[in-house]
Amino acid sequence: MNININKVALRWSLIGAPLLWQLMFFALPLLFLLVISFCSVQNFQLAADFTFKNWSTMLGRDTFWSAYNYTWALALATAFSASLFALPAAYSISFHMSQRMRTIAIILLVIPFFTSYLVRAYAWQIFLADNGVINALLSPLGFSTISMLNTTFGSWVGYLTLCMPLVILIQVMGMMQIDPSLIQAARNLSAGPFRCLFEVVIPSIKASLVVAWLFAFILTFGDFVSPTYLGGGASPTLSNLIIDTVKSGQQWPRAAVVAIAMIATLVATSLAAMAYAYKGKK
Amino acid sequence: MKKIDTNETDVFTRRKFLSTTTAVVAVPALSTSIFIGGSARAQAPVTVNMLAWYGHAEPDVVAEFESQHNCKIKAKYYTGGDNMLALISQSPVGTYDLILSDAEFVPQLQKAGYIEKLNPADYAFDDFFPEFQKFPGHWQGNDLYSVITRFGFLGVSYNTETVSEKKARSYRVFWDQEYKGKVGHFDWYLPSMGQLSLLNGNKSPYDLNAANFSKLKTSIKTLRPQIAGYFDYGGTFGGLKSGQLQLVCGIGDWITGVLKKAGAKVDSIVPEEGGLQWTESFSIGKSSKNHELAKKFIQYITSAKGQVVSARMGAYPAMIPNKKGWELLNTVDSVEAKRQGMVLKGANCMDGIRSGKIRFRELPLQQPIEDWNDFWSDYKKRV
Repeated sequence: MNININKVALRWSLIGAPLLWQLMFFALPLLFLLVISFCSVQNFQLAADFTFKNWSTMLGRDTFWSAYNYTWALALATAFSASLFALPAAYSISFHMSQRMRTIAIILLVIPFFTSYLVRAYAWQIFLADNGVINALLSPLGFSTISMLNTTFGSWVGYLTLCMPLVILIQVMGMMQIDPSLIQAARNLSAGPFRCLFEVVIPSIKASLVVAWLFAFILTFGDFVSPTYLGGGASPTLSNLIIDTVKSGQQWPRAAVVAIAMIATLVATSLAAMAYAYKGKK
Repeated sequence: MKKIDTNETDVFTRRKFLSTTTAVVAVPALSTSIFIGGSARAQAPVTVNMLAWYGHAEPDVVAEFESQHNCKIKAKYYTGGDNMLALISQSPVGTYDLILSDAEFVPQLQKAGYIEKLNPADYAFDDFFPEFQKFPGHWQGNDLYSVITRFGFLGVSYNTETVSEKKARSYRVFWDQEYKGKVGHFDWYLPSMGQLSLLNGNKSPYDLNAANFSKLKTSIKTLRPQIAGYFDYGGTFGGLKSGQLQLVCGIGDWITGVLKKAGAKVDSIVPEEGGLQWTESFSIGKSSKNHELAKKFIQYITSAKGQVVSARMGAYPAMIPNKKGWELLNTVDSVEAKRQGMVLKGANCMDGIRSGKIRFRELPLQQPIEDWNDFWSDYKKRV
């Protein structure tokens, strides 16, 4: 009896901490966002109210929808391109490196997180500027100046900087779980490297690939730094729109509408991605 | 004799006793008082909390005041009036002793009850140029809520190597095809839209009827293909320094002045269509715990000496409203006085204000702020 009670207590204490965490830092703030989205602003101050005006104003604006589509398209493009670029790197680290080299490679992938992402974005300006490093290298080869900074390309480079190390790491973790004898068996059966990749490796790490893709999507969908400092704030993303809206006479309720739309999109995308990742698994 | 001697001895003994006793009592007392005085001086400095734009509580501005008053000015820096209002509204009353505000936000601070009423007799308004003695928004009738400390002009900021001064003398330069993709906006609707409103011929750039507001929106939209991006302080600073931006709308010497001092080939000019004036002032926060020190700081920073410090502030330079400050600045740093047009003889920066070429930056008068800001977000969409 006592043993059973202790087991229940242990189970709840283990589940309770993350539940409490989720309640405090996700559910309650989300509820707060929802509540203030129905409030109004008078003289720069939040006033208790129950109005749908914030929702109708924001969802009725072309700017909101163009920012939504732009953010979604950029996040999608980044998630797919990061996953694609990461794959050969993850494959090499997992299957073509010694244990020691693999450890070093993983450490190198973690190191970028030691530096502020903002600093890394600023560092890219030196490379992407019209008179920056890349154009300086291309100029002697006869190329005219290529505009990269303050463009969508600039934002994309920043997004990749943010999420690539994480995507590679997640893919590596997935590939490390593959039984090497499967690959060996495929090779013994005359499968080439590409066939081995597409018919053995990728199906085996489907869940890891989707999780890595999802992390890239989530990180870039809500990012403010890259579209601001590398994209020049031209063509606002939803994060830029939140900043603009708050600047507009403390319109926190309208900003809350944008934030809720972002959270809803991320929740829906995550659920869809997870359903796809584990489809067919019991 | 003996008796006398005895008496003398008695007297001496008493004197000796008194002096010895006095010494015994006095020395520790004196040392105690010295100790107490010394410990007062060695007491931990009082913390004065300031809410301000970056730079106002840096050592180059506050070090002297802090050492004179045994205090430490602790700053919370903000970026923009809306950010300032948000920080105050999210903090308990009495959090901030000193609040630096742009002029257009002082009435909001007063209406919300965030700042104390000040006694005009405490401040040296007689030393100020008449134009700044009763600055709009700082006073409600005869009640004073904020004291002007510095100001600057906004116009066309440009790269002096690629844009001629002649071209920069009109806002039309922003439309010049030669600079397509090289024109930046400071990412705040108020200065940029105000400047382009001046270009449209609106003498009061923020007092627009529906027709003029619509016309302003139409004309600004035509500028969009020229625009490289919308930048905060750091982005504008970096863009001008690297040459990525050759023209910037919505700023002035407060950014280019810092770059120019560092050797960058940039400058700002008030174009022929006119310029805007930004104005900063200090208020005392509601229920300040250090009201007296806050008052003393405002007195210091608006004195001639404090005004020179303010004019030469490392973070961003500014013009000053105190005539005696001008005199002192011309004595200690005539180069900076000349650079900012605060010279005592001949044409100076006050001429633009007096002729009406410079208009105060203010909040929109006929439309809600949201209308202007929503347009600003719409305008950012890439075409």
